[in-house]
Amino acid sequence: MGMREAIESGKFIVTTEVAPPKGCHLDHMLQEAAYCRGRVAGVNVTDLQSSVMRASSLVGCIKLKEIGMPPVLQMVCRDRNRLSLQSELLSAAAMGITDVLCLTGDYTTLGDDPHAKPVFDLDSVGLLKAARGLMEGYDMAGQELEGEPPQFTLGCVVNPGADPLEPQIMKLHKKVEAGAQFVQTQATYDPQQFADFMRQVGDIGVPVLAGIVMLKSAGMARFMNENVAGVTVPDEMIQRMKKAKDKVATSIEITVELVKGLMPYCQGVHMMPLGWNQHVVTVLDELGL
Amino acid sequence: MIATEAKPREEVLERLGDAQSVFIVGCGDCATLCQTGGEFEVEEMKKYLEQVGKKVTGSVIPDATCNVLDTARLLRKNKEAVAEADAILVLACGSGVQAVAEKAAKRVVAGCDTIFLSTQERMGQFLERCICCGECVVDQYFGICPRARCPKGQLYGPCGGYNNGKCEVNPDEDCVWALIYERARQLGYGPEYFENLQPEPTDYEKQKRPRRLVFEPRRG
Repeated sequence: MGMREAIESGKFIVTTEVAPPKGCHLDHMLQEAAYCRGRVAGVNVTDLQSSVMRASSLVGCIKLKEIGMPPVLQMVCRDRNRLSLQSELLSAAAMGITDVLCLTGDYTTLGDDPHAKPVFDLDSVGLLKAARGLMEGYDMAGQELEGEPPQFTLGCVVNPGADPLEPQIMKLHKKVEAGAQFVQTQATYDPQQFADFMRQVGDIGVPVLAGIVMLKSAGMARFMNENVAGVTVPDEMIQRMKKAKDKVATSIEITVELVKGLMPYCQGVHMMPLGWNQHVVTVLDELGL
Repeated sequence: MIATEAKPREEVLERLGDAQSVFIVGCGDCATLCQTGGEFEVEEMKKYLEQVGKKVTGSVIPDATCNVLDTARLLRKNKEAVAEADAILVLACGSGVQAVAEKAAKRVVAGCDTIFLSTQERMGQFLERCICCGECVVDQYFGICPRARCPKGQLYGPCGGYNNGKCEVNPDEDCVWALIYERARQLGYGPEYFENLQPEPTDYEKQKRPRRLVFEPRRG
């Protein structure tokens, strides 16, 4: 199943995420994804996430497709100009990869090679518009594409914990207007805050998938609180992880409760398991998803 | 104005290499304000070079070193001292260095790093506010340029990385979109203004380097 089918089904959507390695062996990444076989509508393949140089998202997606998993191509604007971004969109479509998540991308200096040139020729909205243009048969310069235009299902992201929230929501509206057909959010740990966020977003007509990062330890939770913008892990969860004898079991328990709390306010969840895809399956089992 | 920073002394020395005699050119404009190429800094550099055993054949501080004709005139006026030098050390921005290089048949050494086009907030405080994109849009953003002041130059709105109104990339800086929103609010504009704003992607053809501005000056 891909994103289009999942959206059209109207059912609760589950997606997950894997990261290509800093190296040329993708076996581990594929194994990670394969845990979720038959359970998810899409597997995001990150694009040099956190500005760390790695194998490409497109190659990861091609490999996922080869093993029969539904890839979501993540594309950021940090490393390529509009020519290269559009070219990659066409290349992806040529490989049958049409679910694309469009992001601006982290800044270069936050990664492992701060000396690299930050491109940002476009931002997420510009990239969505470019992809939409290709779907209509034209590139950004207005030149006509040869043959049938590609058909993408485009996604975007939003940070429900952003402060101030107003400009964040304004940009989300712009992304949907530009052609985003689904939304995946930054990690959230607070259903009440998420409900408030969704109320302010209003009816945007596309499914919003709440972002879930499974806690691996109390230390990881504290690290996120200190270092990830707009993400707040409540103290109660940190304490539970700290006291946990079996960290995995407690993390699964917390995640199940969290997703249950979020379900009334979202149309799906996007799991960002950071290597814990086998536990995502357990979470989904417990939720009956 | 153009913000410059002095290169470390050791680096200047390394770049001068085996040049035994040096002529120094400062700048009476931006580099004076940045305290990188004014009278004091030229004098200090002279003392330093003499201390490490070099001969300083002379020095000059044009009103604005990037003014090629004026700089050329001053170099001619000092032609013996310039001729005697193995190298010319320029304490000015990159335009100043190149103005000197264009008019002096000598090896030229840059004593400063040129960092940005700046406003001067007060003495000793310079901020980047403009990146010379060639298509000013600042009026659409209530006088606050997202192209220059957002690391990613985002024209449609903020990324997801700001925290408490601060930029994720430069935590000491305010997120420019938080500033734009606040200014808009003060002026009576709400989110609907931005919802309706449809910026065009930046036109990089306008930034094809090297750029030049040539026109027939008005006389009188």
